[in-house]
Amino acid sequence: MDITDEKVTELEKRANDIRISIINMLLEAKSGHTAGPLGMADIFTVLFFHILKHKPKDPKWPERDRLVLSNGHICPVYYSTLAHAGYIPMEELRTLRKFGSRLQGHPHRDFLPYLESSSGPLGSGLSQAVGMALADRMDAKEDKRRIYALLSDGEHDSGQLWEAAMLAGKNKLRNLTAVVDRNNIQIDGFTEDVMPLESLSDRWRAWNWHVIEIDGHNIREIVDAFNKAKTIYEKPTVIIAHTIPGKGVKEFERDYRWHGKPPNVEEAKMALHELRTLGGKIRSEHQ
Amino acid sequence: MLNPDLKLNEKLFDKDVEQVPIRKGFGEGLVKAGEENPQVVVLCADLTESAQALAFKEKFPNRFVEIGVAEQNLASVASGMAAMGKIPFITSYAMFSPGRNWEQIRTTIAYNNRPVKIAGSHAGISVGPDGGTHQAIEDIAITRVIPRMVVISPCDAIEARKATVAAAKTDTPVYIRLAREKTPVMTTDKTPFEIGKALIVWESKKPKVGIIATGALLYKALEAAKELSGKIEVEVMNLSTIKPLDEKAVIALAKKTKNIVTVEEHQIRGGMGSAVAECLAKHFPVPMRFIGVDDQFGQSGTPEELIEHYSMGKTAIIEGVKSLL
Repeated sequence: MDITDEKVTELEKRANDIRISIINMLLEAKSGHTAGPLGMADIFTVLFFHILKHKPKDPKWPERDRLVLSNGHICPVYYSTLAHAGYIPMEELRTLRKFGSRLQGHPHRDFLPYLESSSGPLGSGLSQAVGMALADRMDAKEDKRRIYALLSDGEHDSGQLWEAAMLAGKNKLRNLTAVVDRNNIQIDGFTEDVMPLESLSDRWRAWNWHVIEIDGHNIREIVDAFNKAKTIYEKPTVIIAHTIPGKGVKEFERDYRWHGKPPNVEEAKMALHELRTLGGKIRSEHQ
Repeated sequence: MLNPDLKLNEKLFDKDVEQVPIRKGFGEGLVKAGEENPQVVVLCADLTESAQALAFKEKFPNRFVEIGVAEQNLASVASGMAAMGKIPFITSYAMFSPGRNWEQIRTTIAYNNRPVKIAGSHAGISVGPDGGTHQAIEDIAITRVIPRMVVISPCDAIEARKATVAAAKTDTPVYIRLAREKTPVMTTDKTPFEIGKALIVWESKKPKVGIIATGALLYKALEAAKELSGKIEVEVMNLSTIKPLDEKAVIALAKKTKNIVTVEEHQIRGGMGSAVAECLAKHFPVPMRFIGVDDQFGQSGTPEELIEHYSMGKTAIIEGVKSLL
């Protein structure tokens, strides 16, 4: 399924709006993660506005695709996307991390039932997605809906992720697509310093997955990868999306110190100015 | 005397009392639960036969998932299956599940509110020759602190079967504690079982001490009660559901006897006795004695040797009773 230039531009604008919402949320919350959410805005946009089979007005629609966010700490991009997609009111984004808010610091289904899973502790999201895909295989629903798992690169340090990847490969779960946010940072520094992951694609191939590597900010590449994954019949597919942490705000980009802190008033002002100036013109640096 | 209303095994005190491993009852319960509900699925971590999932696997091969030696994955994969409407039972040794995968059980099952049933086989010191690494004596403590988790410790194979069938019908996470070795069958098919309901299995007219036991050690408690009969009158409670605690029954027993001894094959700290103490300290404090493992690890030996060494047998229970009077 090709995507028109108009649609690409529309999605780019949408991703930029979502980034603006992320900055506003974090400024209000005074705590939370900045780099990851900004870096994943393009992928979330493509998923919710082009790829996922879902009905914001009927969130419990049984046939909907399932999305498991494993690295729950990037939830500002999730919440922001849900608001832009019409699941929650935009003004509710201001309640992030506040007492009584549905937008918990890490996603919790008790508070926000639209989430497919509560998450935060790293390494366990892929397992849950594998369980969902296995259940659908048992029920012969493999072609009715797809299961998506969003993973960080840092959580590849965790053994449980390896366990889940092996199980999916063993069972050739073609209804499962994982996305790795390959932004090369984690809390303690660059991933290759903390615990080297390369060659990441070779590892996934060894687990019997089909591997697609993309520029995680190129809307067309993201769309193509998700569509390609649907056609891979013998294996689960992992999309290793090379992203820039903090994408969209030059001062935040590629700086691991922005992993786990929010912008202050001055920094937010600067970031919002930059994002608004960019408008709908966000294009990957690789283009 | 044995409570006649409970239709207990009439040969309970015979030398040749039937002995069956508690885990075997779980295996039978799994098949029954699977027959009753097509959504019941079983996941195993490379211990299919030992953890008693083999009969289910043979009967429902399409509803069985082999995970490999990966207990963390075991818990979270089950959570994902439950999200799609399945009722997963995860089976392994208690030391590894809920031992090794506690955080995954806490977050991806309980916090996520998924009705996964966790069956921990080889719980207790009576695992025997395998030694301390394989003797889970902390599992009650670590499961009962998790919100939403139901904790059941059946006293024999028949009760384990009933508990398994009952657990499949609940919409909460459940931990079922199972033992490896053969132990006496105390109940019968006709003995009532309900999750959350404690039963007085040994009654007395004027009991001076209430013994609350869970798991296979209930048999030692009954032996102690029989031996004390005519000298010190006691009542014995089978507390197979540790959480939610049958507070009404526990308080009633404390009011009646004014002294309580708890008996469990588990660390004293954090176990069933602690749960009883939490309840009684609040509602009706009475002097208590705790029979269990006193802040130690296990070791190799026969089940009998180990039960005696760690002071959890009939003699220790009788001493506990006497020390209260």
